[in-house]
Amino acid sequence: MSKNDVAILGAGMHQWGKWGRNFAEYGVVAIKDAIKDAGVDWKDVDFIVGGDTMRNGYPGYVAGATFAKAMGWTGIPIASCYAACATGAQAIDIARTRILAGMAEVVVVVGADTTPKGFLAPNKGERTLDPDWLRFRLLGATNPTYFGLWAQRRMDLYGATEQDFARVKVKNSKHGIANPKARYNKLFTEEEVLASPLVSAPLRLFEICATSDGGAALVITSMDYAKKKGIANPVKISGVSTISPTFPQTVIDMPDFTTDSAAGISAPDRSFRDSIAYAAYEEAGLGPEDMDLAEVYDLSSALELDWYENIGLCKPGEAEQLLRNGDTEIGGRIPVNPSGGLGCFGEAVPAQAIAQVCELTWQLRGQAGERQVDGAKAGITANQGLFGHGSSVLCTR
Amino acid sequence: MSKTRVPAIEGWLTMDESNPQLLGYLDESSGTYFFPKDVAISHAPGHADADFKEVALSNTGKLWSYTTNHYKPPEPYLAPDPFEPYTVAAVELDNEKMVVLGQLADGVDPADIEVGMDMKLELATLYEDDENEYMVWKWRPVPA
Repeated sequence: MSKNDVAILGAGMHQWGKWGRNFAEYGVVAIKDAIKDAGVDWKDVDFIVGGDTMRNGYPGYVAGATFAKAMGWTGIPIASCYAACATGAQAIDIARTRILAGMAEVVVVVGADTTPKGFLAPNKGERTLDPDWLRFRLLGATNPTYFGLWAQRRMDLYGATEQDFARVKVKNSKHGIANPKARYNKLFTEEEVLASPLVSAPLRLFEICATSDGGAALVITSMDYAKKKGIANPVKISGVSTISPTFPQTVIDMPDFTTDSAAGISAPDRSFRDSIAYAAYEEAGLGPEDMDLAEVYDLSSALELDWYENIGLCKPGEAEQLLRNGDTEIGGRIPVNPSGGLGCFGEAVPAQAIAQVCELTWQLRGQAGERQVDGAKAGITANQGLFGHGSSVLCTR
Repeated sequence: MSKTRVPAIEGWLTMDESNPQLLGYLDESSGTYFFPKDVAISHAPGHADADFKEVALSNTGKLWSYTTNHYKPPEPYLAPDPFEPYTVAAVELDNEKMVVLGQLADGVDPADIEVGMDMKLELATLYEDDENEYMVWKWRPVPA
């Protein structure tokens, strides 16, 4: 056991979907599930961290308070945080830090979102100093534009094919069909995926993740508290990475117009995305070879292939082979996105990185039902938030 | 009377018709270029107090990647009616070793471009009013 370990005693989720209800409702369902799963009472919780949502007005900006009030004020300290898609990892890290400092024992981490239809858009108004506004005005650079750029580069550099990208979607749909919390429980064929309309070429509609409503929560405790509760072998968080890029960041990234310049200072050995999981491995004292499964951010089907390389499952350019071998399917060498991934969930921004950890928790406990990865003892999540928020959580049991 | 051509965002690019350039800045202490001018300090770590100067960036580079958007983006994008698909290109500037996004120049078929190709910057109209044409940059492949 590493000195930084904390225990996950409870995991809970509201199903993902598109209902347009109050986001706090999804969060509360997730919290109730998680505290029941942990066998604790709301009144035992001594700290709560809420992942913020930017699309639900002020209650979303102070999500910690919104959820605490909904559950019933108990006078405990609260935190609210936002790191775009990395919000969940940030919230987990805040919880863990407080526990490791001895300032909390039983912490609820929660995120929930209600999303509008269609493309994610920047804030309204003439925002000529806001790069997020400018990329839409000057370039029409939507989020899928960046996914398309990365996908096309895989094709030109590594010989990835449209079939490879479709196969990722098919694989994840096979996984997600057995997940009651997923939004989509439909088995896709390669033909169906390839017949869907192009969005940001080479990517098609069924290969780009939707925006969803959903909520996820965890109960995280000190190892001592778990022991006191008589839980000798809980799922542990053994590494959390919330790192930023190292200058110069040379891969074009949302929402930027440009990368950093590598003319004066050379690019670091590890790209930003490569460094995210690496930091979690380092902290846990483990490596990719020790992992039994991974949950990665398939904002697009092609991006999942990038992540295989970024989290060290294979060398650059080998991801397609891993996929074609069936290595990343349940039953393969290292299943990726056994939950079904974003392809089956769609994205509920502040909940998504927490949902990834919920899946690891159920997998490591052997409670994942039909999508169970046999004998899973260690797993990693990886994800990235807009403007340089890294996100990776490594769990062991 | 012809309209005056002005940058869509003041200070971002020169209006030289035949050889337009993006305006960035250079922190000579680290040898690092930046675009656009945003917070007016060098983003190279440890160089926040360095002097920097405005420089016109090289307007040629190699195609890093590209993608064609087939759906109309939300506002503030100024989409033609009816909507036309458009291609966004990422080009790595020769000297500055930085990738700069821009739309692919009008009339270029994305089927004819590939990663690694030589590209050059040109001016294009983003929108116009009674007096001015507001200009952005686009990328055009350089004939081999």
